[in-house]
Amino acid sequence: MAVNQREVLLDPLINNNPIALQVLGLCSALAVTTKMSTAFVMSLAVIAVTALSNTAISLIRNLVPPSIRIIVQLTIIASLVIITDQVLQAFVFDISKQLTVFVGLIITNCIIMGRAEAFAMQNPPGLSFIDGVGNGLGYGLVLMAVAFVRELFGSGKVFGFTILPLATEGGWYQPNGLMLLAPAAFFLIGCFIWAVRSWKPEQVEEDFHVGALFEPGHEGSVR
Amino acid sequence: MQHSTAYIIGFSTLICIVCALFVATAEVSLRPLKELNIQIDRQKNILGVAGLIKAGEKVDTEKIRELFQNSIRPKIIDLSTGEENTTLDPETFNQRAAAKDPARSRSAAPNPSKVLRVPNQALIYEVLSGGKVESIIIPIEGYGLWSVLYGYLALAPDTRTILGITYYDQKETAGLGGEVDNPNWKAKWVGRKAFDERGRVKIAVRKGPAGPPDEDPYQVDGLSGATITSRGVTNMLHFWLGEGGFGPYLARLRGAVGA
Repeated sequence: MAVNQREVLLDPLINNNPIALQVLGLCSALAVTTKMSTAFVMSLAVIAVTALSNTAISLIRNLVPPSIRIIVQLTIIASLVIITDQVLQAFVFDISKQLTVFVGLIITNCIIMGRAEAFAMQNPPGLSFIDGVGNGLGYGLVLMAVAFVRELFGSGKVFGFTILPLATEGGWYQPNGLMLLAPAAFFLIGCFIWAVRSWKPEQVEEDFHVGALFEPGHEGSVR
Repeated sequence: MQHSTAYIIGFSTLICIVCALFVATAEVSLRPLKELNIQIDRQKNILGVAGLIKAGEKVDTEKIRELFQNSIRPKIIDLSTGEENTTLDPETFNQRAAAKDPARSRSAAPNPSKVLRVPNQALIYEVLSGGKVESIIIPIEGYGLWSVLYGYLALAPDTRTILGITYYDQKETAGLGGEVDNPNWKAKWVGRKAFDERGRVKIAVRKGPAGPPDEDPYQVDGLSGATITSRGVTNMLHFWLGEGGFGPYLARLRGAVGA
């Protein structure tokens, strides 16, 4: 694999993680991470959609009239999400029922639109595919990490296997109910961002105050 | 790059056709698998509400089919008289299709559940154990906040005591109204009474917590943040347990039990 390709694949995992650095796709990250199995299927679905939408959009990037490019991207993404949802319903019905609307909501996941617009519109299909997989993996990595903590401390399990026997079932572990609620994912993602930024301080944003973008030196930052 | 209007229209039409082709192919080719899944899921729900499989228990398709085959007896009844209908085959009877067919249904009296048509016949299930009917499972449906909720209610042979409730198809807000699916909430129904001593439907989902079934038999905890879905559940129970629904059938059963 050429250096460039490896960079495109691995960069979104830590250096340019869609959730930690770009802070995209949080809604579903809060909703589907109470269990590792749902988080895993969701990650796979997002990887499939980002990779395929990036490829498809990259293939037609030189043909798309710029005035309608966003709606074209959205049409392709929406179709791919519907197909993914159908596949999940056909092959993993139980998990698809638990994911409920969140599979459909992949359409609104900013990661996918973001990568289509920022990467696939400028790069060839092969590289765009790798970028899609990389960003999907970056999203999946955070999802799995959050789901691991939430499932382990919230229900004493990992992938449905009991690790910490619950007090209610004759064990010793008193589960932390907060972990099963959406705010827990907020705290965990916050901790994740903190950890990544302590490790890689270049990700820390400059001090920001309201109006900063309009001050001298920032011309052009507002688009 | 400047494109002509004709190019833009042509391009978007082409994209739409290609995308539609892909979506349609996926939908059509996966339909048999999905329908099988839905059927198994429905049977699993019936077994769950009958108490034959526990919440969260993992059971494979074979086991579900076997349990369903051995302990559940489907039965078609005429709703207006409450009598069993032996001319129709429960295997092929589709209640939702019947409710849409003007020849096999009647329009319902205005009701808060927004049930528009009631089928002339309904498909119910009897749970058997050693040749004895352990419970009766009736289908229920009605409007919540966003969607029609479809489910089942299990009643003891006395027709008053609720043995379980389940929803297999609903599109309420996940995490709020969608909690009708929550096993903990469903467990709170067991042992409550649907009817009072005089045979009037009395069960209701209240706002806030209800007492234990012995002390507070006619009320169930409301779903936090889902007042309208909770009200929808109450409404549909009143509709389907009432005169326009399974009332005549249940009255018949009560008569038979009493006699």
